[in-house]
Amino acid sequence: MKLITTIVRPERLPEVKAALFRAGITGITLSRVSGHGGEHERFEQYRGTALVMEFHEKVKIEMVCSEPFVEACVQAILSSARTGEVGDGKIFVQPIERVIRIRTGEADNAALTAINADQVQRAAINAAGIGGAA
Amino acid sequence: MTQAAALSSGDTAWVLTSSALVLLMTVGLAFFYGGLVRPKNALNTMMMSVVALGVIGVQWMLIGYSIAFAPGNSWLGSLAWFGLNNVGVDPNPTYSATIPLQAHAMFQGMFAIITPALISGAIVERMRFRGYVVFLVLWATLIYDPLAHWVWGSGGWLLKRGALDFAGGTVVHISAGVSALVAAWFLGPRKDYRRVPIAPHNVPLVLLGAGLLWFGWFGFNAGSALAANGLAALAFVNTNTAAAAALVTWAGLDLARTGKVTAVGAATGLVVGLVAITPAAGYVTPMSSLFIGILGAGVSYTAIQIRSRTKLDDALDVFSCHGLAGTAGALLTGVFATKLMNPAGGDGLLAGNPGQLGVQLLAVLATVAFAGLGTLGILKLVEVTIGARANVPEESAGLDLSQHGEEAYFGSDLGSFAGTGGSLGGSVVVQSFAAEPAVAPAPSPV
Repeated sequence: MKLITTIVRPERLPEVKAALFRAGITGITLSRVSGHGGEHERFEQYRGTALVMEFHEKVKIEMVCSEPFVEACVQAILSSARTGEVGDGKIFVQPIERVIRIRTGEADNAALTAINADQVQRAAINAAGIGGAA
Repeated sequence: MTQAAALSSGDTAWVLTSSALVLLMTVGLAFFYGGLVRPKNALNTMMMSVVALGVIGVQWMLIGYSIAFAPGNSWLGSLAWFGLNNVGVDPNPTYSATIPLQAHAMFQGMFAIITPALISGAIVERMRFRGYVVFLVLWATLIYDPLAHWVWGSGGWLLKRGALDFAGGTVVHISAGVSALVAAWFLGPRKDYRRVPIAPHNVPLVLLGAGLLWFGWFGFNAGSALAANGLAALAFVNTNTAAAAALVTWAGLDLARTGKVTAVGAATGLVVGLVAITPAAGYVTPMSSLFIGILGAGVSYTAIQIRSRTKLDDALDVFSCHGLAGTAGALLTGVFATKLMNPAGGDGLLAGNPGQLGVQLLAVLATVAFAGLGTLGILKLVEVTIGARANVPEESAGLDLSQHGEEAYFGSDLGSFAGTGGSLGGSVVVQSFAAEPAVAPAPSPV
């Protein structure tokens, strides 16, 4: 089991979410974060006050995957989050010791599979087909 | 009987309408200032304007109108009109030959309300509310009311010298602007000033407020004709022209300096144009009002850039926007005024009367000295009695919580309020032709 943490551009979130769902990764946690990477600073002007915005808004997505899904997950993020410009973000992969589903007490891989994963995945694939987007 | 016969229903309707328009300006000012501060001080900043509607509304009816306009000497009115005693519904030839004197009292009252509220922009985010309210009442009584008597009251010394101030360039804007400068200096800078980035928390509110100010200003300036006549139309045209010219000028200066036109700049620019034309509105040609708008914006814009680099925390630049644009307008009135537009007015420099510029300068200097020293004295009094400056914990918590015990944005994450969220909202657009729902009902647990 691996914890995959990725930092992506907020404007790419819909594509990243769709790609993860298509790959069968349907259990994800989001947070809004700010950070500093290699991007240019942004300037704002209010009357005589000039502000340099050193931190950029990003979205952090965390998900725990069983081993067969790890590479698919990484590839899904890479294909959907990349714009080619500085500031596309990072993916971190870390080992995980234990996972327990609170509702049932199931552990590890059994706890990781969402019960509606197949349906969510199928809906995501269908939506991509209808919308014409890969 | 002759007085009653002279009452004009058209004039009365316009002045009553204008009074309501000027009242709306104070609410507009609350939005304008409220949007420019940080979220933890939004309510306190707005209340600094709104509370004036209450306390000055009462003060004016009780003694303010009497000090400013009742028959008296050249410095002060008498108390003959205390509580609007002897202020009837018939016209009074001195002030209003065609409208009820009570209409004049209400119209002028709205000016008395907004003027001290203008000062609040300089001292936002750091003044105790109780101290502010006491300051408001004392300033209105000891500074505004006498000043209004000097310039507009029967027998006022500046009126007798022929100073031209159509709708309040000296009485309203210079007095408020100078008092703002003194108050900002007296209270000292906010503890975060020039240490932490401070930016407007809601620019749409700023634009709403500026729009209401522009709308209400037609009552302020065109209403100052005190009649529904050609002079009111002239003041209306000049008011709109100067505001528009100042907005364009400000946007151009923004563009030249930073490469972008800002919304806060557009809002500020139009207000500055309105300030600059206020003393001149009924005395100059529309072409002159164009120049007054442009010059007023230029002066104010430059002053704001300089002020921002100093330690003087005139937080919302009241001195630059009202004091300096008001001074520019008052002096330019002495340049551009012409009796061709208003026979009851005067001729300025360009109409061959350079002396008018001297009279205008005298009015400006007298206002600066009186308002500046008076404000200093009042603030000192407030400081030693009930306290003027909020302490550090109060300032850190924000004045909304520390002074009013409430929050502008209770329970909301300001990030999502400000609209920066959106993509994290979690909702999706559901296409009506989707083959199956995006999220199918969960099957029963296995």
